[in-house]
Amino acid sequence: MMDAVLRRVRPDQVRELTLVVVLVAMIAFFAIQIPNYLSPRTFTNITTGSAIIATVAVGQVLVLLTRNVDLSVGSIVGLVAYTVGNSLAGMGDVNPVIVILLCMAMGAALGAINGAIVAYGRVPAIITTLGTLALFRTGLVVISGSKTVTTDKLPDWLVSIPSTSVITIAGVDIRVLFGIALVATIVGQVVLRYLPYGRRLFAIGSNPDAARVAGLPIRRDVFFAFVGSGMMAGIGGFMWLGKFGNITVVSGSGLELQVVAAAVVGGVNIFGGAGSMFGALLGALLIQTLQTSLLRWLGISQFALDAVLGALILFAVAADAIILRRMQEAWVRVRRQDDARARASRDGEAARGT
Amino acid sequence: MARSLRGRMRGWDVMLFGILAVVVTWNAIDTPGYASMQNQVNLLQLGIERSIVVLAMAFVIISGEIDLSVASVMALSGAVAAAMFERGMPIELGILVALLVGLACGAFNGFWIAVVGLPSLAVTLATLIGFRGLATMLIEDRSIGDFPQWFDTMGQSSIVGPFTFSILLYGVLVIAAAVLLHLTGFGRITYVIGNSKDVARFSGVRVAWARIRIFMMSGTIAALAGVLYTARLGSARASTAEGFELDIITVVLLGGVSIFGGSGSMLGVVLSTFLVLNLRNGLSLAGIEGNTQTGIVGALLILSVLLPNIAASVQDRRRRRTAARDGPGGTPPAPGEIPEGAPAS
Repeated sequence: MMDAVLRRVRPDQVRELTLVVVLVAMIAFFAIQIPNYLSPRTFTNITTGSAIIATVAVGQVLVLLTRNVDLSVGSIVGLVAYTVGNSLAGMGDVNPVIVILLCMAMGAALGAINGAIVAYGRVPAIITTLGTLALFRTGLVVISGSKTVTTDKLPDWLVSIPSTSVITIAGVDIRVLFGIALVATIVGQVVLRYLPYGRRLFAIGSNPDAARVAGLPIRRDVFFAFVGSGMMAGIGGFMWLGKFGNITVVSGSGLELQVVAAAVVGGVNIFGGAGSMFGALLGALLIQTLQTSLLRWLGISQFALDAVLGALILFAVAADAIILRRMQEAWVRVRRQDDARARASRDGEAARGT
Repeated sequence: MARSLRGRMRGWDVMLFGILAVVVTWNAIDTPGYASMQNQVNLLQLGIERSIVVLAMAFVIISGEIDLSVASVMALSGAVAAAMFERGMPIELGILVALLVGLACGAFNGFWIAVVGLPSLAVTLATLIGFRGLATMLIEDRSIGDFPQWFDTMGQSSIVGPFTFSILLYGVLVIAAAVLLHLTGFGRITYVIGNSKDVARFSGVRVAWARIRIFMMSGTIAALAGVLYTARLGSARASTAEGFELDIITVVLLGGVSIFGGSGSMLGVVLSTFLVLNLRNGLSLAGIEGNTQTGIVGALLILSVLLPNIAASVQDRRRRRTAARDGPGGTPPAPGEIPEGAPAS
């Protein structure tokens, strides 16, 4: 029975399936505990609440897969949100597409700084992005002169983004912010699964030495992973601008840890080589569901939120490591058995043939 | 290889010392009385808690791990001491329990990392959130103060000459950390684990226990720093010391400790502590505000690794060009010399 299951699914599919099960179980639990929980409003709260983290996490997964980490994303979000918001405040009508492209370009440029230092300067990612975390934030302080962008100076279409829906199905709104996160996740997943670039990221993260021997362009691929992470953080900056409107010098600070947490809960291996975009999205949703629901649940003080969250992350990492390690071993064993059986029957046929 | 590495480390310390001297001289020329003992003591006092945690973090990073939860442990220990005091218990007992809680936090981290085998970056990211969460559960969003007189003065007043209790303690801890890292078996084991856990295990080191002890030390020292910080601020809050972990790790790495573990010295770490303190102070004297100072320290952190790398690759390219000019094969190995790449017997 177990073997039959193991023949059909891969370990990372189990991982995503488990996350879905946990998410559904969690929602079921809160639905029993909290009156009027299963409402379109709850759905909107959770999806818009996790949208920025999920979008930025798409870029973070690219970097994590290569055994690196990008801690500067929170500062990029803040810097992009401020700079773009500030220039919009001075201008009249600007095409939204141009604004988004501007945010992406600016984020990508900041990401390229990280990528160049890590891939070509051979400085460890944690040192580089710890440094640029501070540098980009300083850039924001210097540019802004500690002034604030306020909502009333932004164009109306931008401010109304958080309350605009892409589509409404049976009273349930899919907000634009969550729509962006969904599109980003799907595009990211396609890149990872079907483009050679995505496959190379897995190869680099699983075994850098083998990737080098195989002649993969490791430096260039890692460089573009950081560019991608910066670009997603740039989109995150755009979303931040639309969602909050008021941008101060501390906007987006601390976001980097939430993004890494979402990816890690989503089963992305912090040592590279394993993970998926859907996993990261599920991780972000799981954390947001917990945060949103605990605030409304009377069974536990709202002050316990972070303690529960920390326990959840630790649990996710431990379960992932322990269970998947077992699963993987069992999976390899079953495959080996099948191979051996196939070989035996082939040999048998060959013997009969002579 | 070992010798060249050691030679480089010493070079690193010399460079840090050089930069420190330049920064202090520069500041002293601009501001009379800058280099005075009193001013240096005041400087150290401003960052004393972080400087204390830096000492323990050096062990963690040299052993090839990272501890992101230290600032949360600082907040938790302050919250524990304050919450017990608030419930009518003596603050002495609160401090003792706070230190034990720090020890337990470290053991908790160490268990998941060394016994279960999870990556320290993930575990301490979880406990970074979780330990501060425990502090929030304990004292919620309140600020607890009105401690006894002696506890407040412990954080602020001078005891011997210009030195406060915290600074005297820091002095003792620096010596203890240097002795522990460079002169004892525990220190040697820390380096060996940082270089290769397999080598350590095959050498008969109880690797898991040693790693747990390193994290227990980190937790306890962070708790101690948390108590001192509470004393200096005169109040405990759950949001105390937020973001300190990144400052602390920056100082350790700037001190020449490799992020991959296995190398670094206590001298470098202490020099970099003073360098960052003096740099920040000098910048604020020059009218550059706190956030910009953080950026300059960040740039320094990147450059401290980037510049040696660039220098090495330039040197490497030049050597290769020389080798190419000398013709293929290079100079034949002298008789009896083992050619490069030959398997060691």
